[in-house]
Amino acid sequence: MKRLALAAVALAAGVALAQERPIPPGDLKSGSAFLGSDLRALQNDDFANPGMLWVERGEKLWSEPAGKLACASCHKDAAVSMRGVVASYPKVDKANGKLLNLDGRINQCRSERMGAEPLRYESEELLALTAYIARQSLRLPIKTSIEGAARAHFEAGRASYHLRRGQMNLSCAHCHDAQWGKRLLSETISQGHPNAYPAYRMEWQAMGSLERRLRACLSGIRAEMLPYGSQEYLDLELYLAWRAQGLPIETPGVRR
Amino acid sequence: MAARIQIPREARRGDVIEVRILIQHPMETGYRHDDVGHLIKRNVINVLSCRYGGVEVFRADLSSGISANPYVQFYTVAEASGDLEFKWIDDEGQQGSERQSIVVKG
Repeated sequence: MKRLALAAVALAAGVALAQERPIPPGDLKSGSAFLGSDLRALQNDDFANPGMLWVERGEKLWSEPAGKLACASCHKDAAVSMRGVVASYPKVDKANGKLLNLDGRINQCRSERMGAEPLRYESEELLALTAYIARQSLRLPIKTSIEGAARAHFEAGRASYHLRRGQMNLSCAHCHDAQWGKRLLSETISQGHPNAYPAYRMEWQAMGSLERRLRACLSGIRAEMLPYGSQEYLDLELYLAWRAQGLPIETPGVRR
Repeated sequence: MAARIQIPREARRGDVIEVRILIQHPMETGYRHDDVGHLIKRNVINVLSCRYGGVEVFRADLSSGISANPYVQFYTVAEASGDLEFKWIDDEGQQGSERQSIVVKG
């Protein structure tokens, strides 16, 4: 009887864990799986992928001094020091306990250590640097921690993901958990993963950050767009990263 | 204007080589309006040409139907070692150029 009870508890725990992941690991599909073969080929072509223009710019910026230092002054060769880094973002900063995405971390480094002005969100320079740094983790799986201080942000992000918003009264989950793979007019609804960002979107004809993509989604459901870098986006980014755990980094992705 | 060129570093004389170029440019169509309703002036790269060893081997007249950050690919025959030199100009008169050399053997 006792053994049975234990088994039941273990089963319940297992069910709870499985319920926590809205899309089981075996069904995880990167956004590129919902593209046409032409865009997928463009993304996989290291030369023709237009996002590589930003990656190349980022490579130059990496060793260009800004303020007192360049990124390369401390971090040396990005191919070594930045490999795998983006896969664990967003991350809680040990010193001040704040949740930072890669953009936030770069700007923190600039203002606290390099003595340089922080870069504006969505500026060409910041997109170039984030694209270059994320590129160093190409094909590595997303591995975000939601333990410790990150837990509260994760819970906030999950709540934000499930919050109905805007005139259409939709939450992220209504499309990206419940309806992915189905058609929305001419497009296939993706699972909404962040693993290719910053990405080059055909609609923008330019590179854009994950937050720009989130804002586009919010505008699509006629909800209020929050300002760049707001806490709610950061929490949501953490939830999205956790939800996409195991998917490989594809930056710079090419998207519709 | 940043650009990327891809050609083989080496080729044998008479080989058909693939030449690829990707140029960073907004290719503003002239049909879009800004946030306050004013028409944004057309600004596209209108001519792109490539000279190989001083001889023009490719020329394209681009217009507003071409997407931002245009990508162009063509083929030419490897004849002698030298430079492939690209030049382009947009509606605002901004010029860009980029070159890459190839070694031809045999």
